[in-house]
Amino acid sequence: MKRRTFLIAGLTTGAAGAALLVGAGRIVANRVGEPDDLMPLPGTVALNGWVRIGADNIVTVVLSAVEMGQGVSTALPMIVAEELDVPLAQLRIERAGPQRRYGNRAVFGATAWFHPDNENSWLARQLHALGLASGALLGVQITGGSTSVRDSYEPLRMAGASARALLVATAADRWRVAPGECTTLDGYVLYRQKGWRLSYGALAADAARRPVSGDVIPKSAAQRRLVGTAAPRTDIAAKVTGTAQYGADIRLPGMLFAAVRTSPFPGSGLTNVDMAAASAMRGVVRVVTFEAASGCAAGFGAVAQNSWQAQLAVTACKAEWTQPPDGPADTGPLLAGMRVMLEGETGGFVFHERGEGASVLDRSAHVERADYSAPWLAHATMEPMNCTAQWIPAAGGAPARLKLWVPTQVPTFALSTAAKVSGLEKDQIELVITELGGGFGRRLETDYIVPAIAIARAMQPAPVQVQWSREEDMTHDFYRPAAVCRLQASLGEGGRPTGWVTRSISDAITPQFLGRNFPLMSTGSGAMPDRTQAEGLWDQAYEIPNRRCTHVTLKTPVPIGNWRSVGHSHMAFFGESFLDELAHSVNADPFEYRRALLTEHPRHRAVLELAAQKAGWGSALPAGRARGIALHESFGTIVAQVAEVSVDGPRVHVHRVVCAIDCGTVINPGIVAQQVEGSVIFALSACLYGQITFRNGRVEQKNFPDYEMVRLRDAPAIETHIVPSDAPPMGVGEPAVPPLAPAVGNALFTLTGKRLRDLPFRLG
Amino acid sequence: MTIAFTLNGSPTELDIDPATPLLWALRDHLNLTGTKYGCGIAACGACTVVVEGQARRSCVTPLEAVSGLKVTTIEGLGGARLHALQQAWIDHQVPQCGYCQSGMLMAALGLLNETPRPTDAQIDAAIDNICRCGTYPRVRAAIQAAALIAAPAIAPAPALATSTRPA
Repeated sequence: MKRRTFLIAGLTTGAAGAALLVGAGRIVANRVGEPDDLMPLPGTVALNGWVRIGADNIVTVVLSAVEMGQGVSTALPMIVAEELDVPLAQLRIERAGPQRRYGNRAVFGATAWFHPDNENSWLARQLHALGLASGALLGVQITGGSTSVRDSYEPLRMAGASARALLVATAADRWRVAPGECTTLDGYVLYRQKGWRLSYGALAADAARRPVSGDVIPKSAAQRRLVGTAAPRTDIAAKVTGTAQYGADIRLPGMLFAAVRTSPFPGSGLTNVDMAAASAMRGVVRVVTFEAASGCAAGFGAVAQNSWQAQLAVTACKAEWTQPPDGPADTGPLLAGMRVMLEGETGGFVFHERGEGASVLDRSAHVERADYSAPWLAHATMEPMNCTAQWIPAAGGAPARLKLWVPTQVPTFALSTAAKVSGLEKDQIELVITELGGGFGRRLETDYIVPAIAIARAMQPAPVQVQWSREEDMTHDFYRPAAVCRLQASLGEGGRPTGWVTRSISDAITPQFLGRNFPLMSTGSGAMPDRTQAEGLWDQAYEIPNRRCTHVTLKTPVPIGNWRSVGHSHMAFFGESFLDELAHSVNADPFEYRRALLTEHPRHRAVLELAAQKAGWGSALPAGRARGIALHESFGTIVAQVAEVSVDGPRVHVHRVVCAIDCGTVINPGIVAQQVEGSVIFALSACLYGQITFRNGRVEQKNFPDYEMVRLRDAPAIETHIVPSDAPPMGVGEPAVPPLAPAVGNALFTLTGKRLRDLPFRLG
Repeated sequence: MTIAFTLNGSPTELDIDPATPLLWALRDHLNLTGTKYGCGIAACGACTVVVEGQARRSCVTPLEAVSGLKVTTIEGLGGARLHALQQAWIDHQVPQCGYCQSGMLMAALGLLNETPRPTDAQIDAAIDNICRCGTYPRVRAAIQAAALIAAPAIAPAPALATSTRPA
């Protein structure tokens, strides 16, 4: 076995072995589940683990993913509504319970390290299955990695189809007709010959007593009426009336408000806090300190009658912090250290090698070479981190309980962090998942639960809402790691690349993430090969015969985490900009140059061609404007973008971005377009402004003026064109982020002749 | 010290520190949580409300500054029916996570009060709220649509500030 194939991510391996030992096959196969997976609810009947039907004909669908704006609370129920023939307006959503059935498996299946060209090999399929099996065993509810639809599509459509089969069989029995002669429409079973109909609500109780018999066959693509349409989102009415309830909107009787300060240095502690001034302030109840845990630094919180008093009080506290163990981080030396490692040729992990590897460079007459970089980035969700907690003391023989209101992407980890920090058993803790005011990977962490539990413990039985200030949020993020990269290519006949050799340097997210959430699983060394940081440079479709892609992990004291599209977010910029350099070095058209490298990849070629065609690639533009193109595959989805830019002194204007996307079967093209638009803007903020820097260990950017965002006036016109496909559905939350930076950078090169190799873009 | 003002059409009194930002008075004392905290320094617009017809950032507006004035929050936008802006927001499927949208809508209301038929350039100049989900192109289109539907009804700003919806 080659070294690049022997490993899958740390979480997967051990669990997968165990899964096989205990015969997890049954768990894996049956995701539709049983009615008793759901809590009994008067007036309703569960038909399986995902579908509940009310006497009032309301159909409730279990949602295992969380809504953070990406549209899952519409898209996932649509899959069930399609199979059940129920209008979307008749559906309601219920949050999944803690059972393993609702764990995300796709996110573990995606961890195998194979080039997409080889993902159908025997070994790749075995490891993929092992990943899915371990995901089944772990049962982690996690909304990330653009996996929600990918993970839930099969179980939801089978749940819908099998519920429909039960309802049809029940109606057919009552009518003494063959089930095959019955049809379903808008929540009714129909026997058209006689004009008979029965509502699902009237059939559900009897249907629930029947076993599912025979093969349940979900609809074919041609039979679908709802899936594939731009059905309006079900969460929008609440979001335009101010009634959607985010974490910070929880209001409880007797609730107190807390503001917090945590150590400005990662890994350092609190030595002393002078609370005297704060304690004397109006409305202030108490100042409470807390220990570091789960990625949250040590700190203190001021508790008051309102948020404003709490903020004033926490600011009035004088704190002394210990110095960070690794010394204070500074951006300059950190980046310089990374650049030094570009010069070496040894070390690191070879993620991909094909043909002659790097040796092809030595024999080539035409070799291109360039160094690129990308900075640390904050997530800056619009809703700053917050959590509301209430301790209910033990009384009358009943044990203490803890109730938490958390906007989280990882309910499973939130619960384990809560248990660890509180010392309670998981069944003593109730977790309420609120709306998320943005996630983007920030809420895959559970750090912001820690202060809430500690402060609410001190204030029990009063509930306490801990709201982080924007400054706390921005200076205590888990940043997109900075990366530097050296790319080299040899060009042969007709300017075609014959060799592709890359060496990238960055810190690794996975060991940090595991260390925060599972201290016992932490490798400590930080030397574990981490796909999440290398992805996007070695796993693309271009047909280049000789390749070698090495990634070197350089441990830094900076807390890092998953930022929308993770490694792809910068690797696509490196790879697609450099490929553009190759095209220009031989005076080739960047679109045609890419197209010629995709002869055996028709899906990629179709996406590239669609974007170029819709953008009018090659047609004349007004003076002072230029186009750039980029193509990138991530999370199973292929996206091409053409950006149209101009410059005005040091300012970059992006006027129009045309996107083509192949994400397999589309559930809701309206939501796909929303995600593409959002991804383009998210990525554009990073292109034009995004940069987190450190000075004496402190993050220099505190709030939006220092960490600027694209605003309405900077927003380009964005077009989304979807390539029709019957392939299994893939993700859309992230894949349109990566190609934007190279598309803009490539356009700027065409316009100005200046190649921008460092993010964010600086023209001056 | 008691501060009295008109909130979404209803007379309202609060006996709290008059320096308290309107944002926290609304959220923590009146339980009107539709108005959001985003930055605390008037940089993001998530907290935008309309005071006497004009968009204001409530995170830097002391409660005492609205004494005697008419304040409209997202809870007071529209009444028994949705406001034209809210309907346009639905028609254009604007929100994603939705957290910034209350402020975005109230900023749009302030704009239409002053400029009932804004050009794209006027929208770009007037609305500098941050949306991390990137809904800007749809915000622009929805404001244009709302302006077309409701230009006559929107013009008298005080009428909006005294919307009949109870707080």
